[in-house]
Amino acid sequence: MSTASTTSPDISGASASGPKKQQGYWAGVGSRVRRDKITLICGGILLVMFLLIVFAPWIAPYDPLQGSMARRLKPVGWQGHLLGTDELGRDMLTRLMYGGRYSWFVGITPVTIAFAIGGSLGILAGFVGGKVNMLIMRATDVFYAFPSVLLAVAISGALGPGIFNAILSMTLVFIPPLIRVSESVTTSVRNLDYVESARATGASAFTIVRVHVLPNVMGPIFVYATTLISVSMILASGLSFLGLGVKPPTPEWGMMLNTLRTAIYSQPLLATLPGICIFVTSLCFNLLSDGLRGAMDVRN
Amino acid sequence: MLQLPTMPDRGGPAQPLLIVKDLKKHFPLKGGLFGAGGKVQAVDGIDFEIRKGETLGIVGESGCGKSTASRLIMSLIEPTDGEIIFDGEKVGTSALPLKEYRRQVQMVFQDSYASLNPRLPIEESIAFGPMVHGLNRSRAIPRAHDLLTAVGLAPAQFAHRYPHELSGGQRQRVNIARALALRPRMLILDEPVSALDKSVEAQVLNMLQDLKAQFELTYLFISHDLNVVQHVADRVLVMYLGRVAEVGPVDSIFDAPRHPYTQALLASRPSMDPDQRRTEPPITGDPPNPVNPPSGCRFRTRCKIAEDVCASATPPLAEVAPMHQAACHANVTASGHSLAPREAA
Repeated sequence: MSTASTTSPDISGASASGPKKQQGYWAGVGSRVRRDKITLICGGILLVMFLLIVFAPWIAPYDPLQGSMARRLKPVGWQGHLLGTDELGRDMLTRLMYGGRYSWFVGITPVTIAFAIGGSLGILAGFVGGKVNMLIMRATDVFYAFPSVLLAVAISGALGPGIFNAILSMTLVFIPPLIRVSESVTTSVRNLDYVESARATGASAFTIVRVHVLPNVMGPIFVYATTLISVSMILASGLSFLGLGVKPPTPEWGMMLNTLRTAIYSQPLLATLPGICIFVTSLCFNLLSDGLRGAMDVRN
Repeated sequence: MLQLPTMPDRGGPAQPLLIVKDLKKHFPLKGGLFGAGGKVQAVDGIDFEIRKGETLGIVGESGCGKSTASRLIMSLIEPTDGEIIFDGEKVGTSALPLKEYRRQVQMVFQDSYASLNPRLPIEESIAFGPMVHGLNRSRAIPRAHDLLTAVGLAPAQFAHRYPHELSGGQRQRVNIARALALRPRMLILDEPVSALDKSVEAQVLNMLQDLKAQFELTYLFISHDLNVVQHVADRVLVMYLGRVAEVGPVDSIFDAPRHPYTQALLASRPSMDPDQRRTEPPITGDPPNPVNPPSGCRFRTRCKIAEDVCASATPPLAEVAPMHQAACHANVTASGHSLAPREAA
């Protein structure tokens, strides 16, 4: 993508002799996104959620921690509580807005860090091949021997409770699958003739990776990483439930889902609200990234 | 250096541009708990030279080691043994470091689509090589446009396009432009026209002939299409199972092939005369497994004139006509083969 961004200014400067003025790379991406309604809608939903979450302290109608036993488990729309109240009588809308701050944070942070580390290691393994590949991939296999939830719990438990330890343990859990995915895409690209011909020009491995490999492998890795955001949110709630992540009464979607599960028969809609938030967020991230990947592909 | 001129001729016209000596590539086979997997003898001791300004055609069946040989010459893979001498200098020494050598020898691949980065406009693909060698963008891009013109694609129309927006023939022209961007002295053309339609094939072949004169190039032309090789090559090298079967001037090889394999290959071409139509295949079966090639002459398992001596001794490349050599016991004096010329009394 770095090469592509340098392309646009030079095209007009170096050779504007063409009769048909070519649009730059990013202009092309923009026009493709504008034509893609699903991507636009998902982007819009995420933007609204983001704003609600960020400005929660100013726009939330109630205090997220202050409840009232008299108002427990009131239904959606009850007396000024737009989304009802939870099992301790706290306003659901407020808690969802505040909870989103933690959920987004613990959902996105581990995936981002794991994307950087796992992606780099996977591309390294795939591009270099041979012994380096074997070393990295067999080490990855060791992590696969454990179920991911168990692994996260084990690491988190060993490190002790706390949100940062939870993020650390989830990062470690997400690195192996990202290594796998990026290794397999890179391996398929590295044997293509254009990489061979780049080697034949005498280009350094770094240049080849930057110009020829990265732009062709980032898409699939990126899309896969966004699917992990929802897993990350759920996993964080599991850790919180075990007392290894966020502690009550701090609101967090996953934990709210846990504490409200007892109300599933009396107030089913209420109990599913945090789940709907997680679902919508992860679905939108997924569709948005898929749309962006498509828009950034010049073949479309 | 900044302008990337053509490298000067070092050894004079008599010095072959490229000498390949006893080049070998064995790929180890993975398998067996103790690594006792054997090896694929993809290229097993080939010797040849390419003179300045000529086109050497390499022909042979699939799997005979043509592509491995071209990748060895490009230094894309490490040879197991043997050496490559370019214009009198051994490749990879201080006199001719690998990066310098790579400027001088470039390659065009068969698959025109796979050999262009789908995310780069074609002018970027062409400018990539010169930029690697220190040319800055503002010079490399106009140079890419010049090369597009040279291969018959109008830069104004094509420079900003992506590979998927071009036809197969256009893409192969771009690949040729990309290979020429470093001003090499030699081009390895690995089946450059095999994936193109006949009409486009002819255009590209004629363009290659023009470019050869224009840029003073030497070609190593790999193909399985005998008609194409006969059309473009000055000399022909026939490979069989990792070894050289026969090498010589194109007319001599096509008019009087001396190796039974070459004879069978030439006989396998469809005849233009319906009365001369062949009903029997001139050669049957698949080539033997290169993991476990036959002893002695590698062609003996499919050869019509194979005898005991062919299993026991490897035939040397012997002179059979001026400049024309064949590796067949039937051509070697006193080899023990019944068809061999008698020893001079």
